[in-house]
Amino acid sequence: MHREQLELLKRIQALEFTATEFNLYLDTHPGDQRAFIDFSNTVRELEQQKELYTRNYGPLIVDDTARQPCWNWIDDPWPWEIEY
Amino acid sequence: MWIYEKKLQYPAKVSKPDLRMAKYLITQYGGPDGELSAALRYLNQRYSMPTNVTKAILTDIGTEEMAHLEIIATLVYKLTKGASAEEMERAGLGGHYADHDNALYYVDATGNPWTATYIQAKGDPVADLHEDMAAEEKARATYQWLIDLTDDPDLIDTLNFLRVREIVHFQRFGEALDLVQEYQNSKHIF
Ligand SMILES: [Fe+2]
Repeated sequence: MHREQLELLKRIQALEFTATEFNLYLDTHPGDQRAFIDFSNTVRELEQQKELYTRNYGPLIVDDTARQPCWNWIDDPWPWEIEY
Repeated sequence: MWIYEKKLQYPAKVSKPDLRMAKYLITQYGGPDGELSAALRYLNQRYSMPTNVTKAILTDIGTEEMAHLEIIATLVYKLTKGASAEEMERAGLGGHYADHDNALYYVDATGNPWTATYIQAKGDPVADLHEDMAAEEKARATYQWLIDLTDDPDLIDTLNFLRVREIVHFQRFGEALDLVQEYQNSKHIF
């Protein structure tokens, strides 16, 4: 995996982790409107980065493949094969 | 339902193949305090939870545990990559090789297969959330013992990520428990 692709993947992992942290926090603090806004902003940025990734390197979820030129969902590397 | 995302939650790394650590680490795959136990425990306890907070937290932490299971699988995959039968045997994995070759299997560090007796669903939200909090502490301790067993900085980095997640999960389950007890007191259920 090329360096640029790997860096983008790591950025997505970091953003998604931030979203997960807000997700769990908000489950037990659903009234915290500031955290909700932070969650929403994180997810918006995450969606942009995922779209960029998908456009350049292929699908992250199977439905993304609908906007790919061919059935490249099966292409490697699979997650456990990636060398970070 | 669940949707698979073709990526890990965290960039799981090892510096070098290490069969000795693979043999220990597999316990977080199929051992009593491992990620399979965690995921199956939480996702199964959802159905007898009385409040939206508890239904949500068990769903979301249970789902995150599935992501952790994949990280552990990846670490074991990388630690055992390319190992020969002879190397497996020398690392005490001859029995594993006989039964599974290099395949992953849900066992603890001494080879015992995963069993549903590792987990419980009492149907009582207070009892179940206490079990979940204890499970998180046991998983945290297991990650600490695993970190103590290796000097591979990349492996330690990933194990430390997982260790800290257990601390966060413990915190969230504790908050959910408080809210459930408040709810029960307000409804006068004794
Ligand atoms: Fe956990």
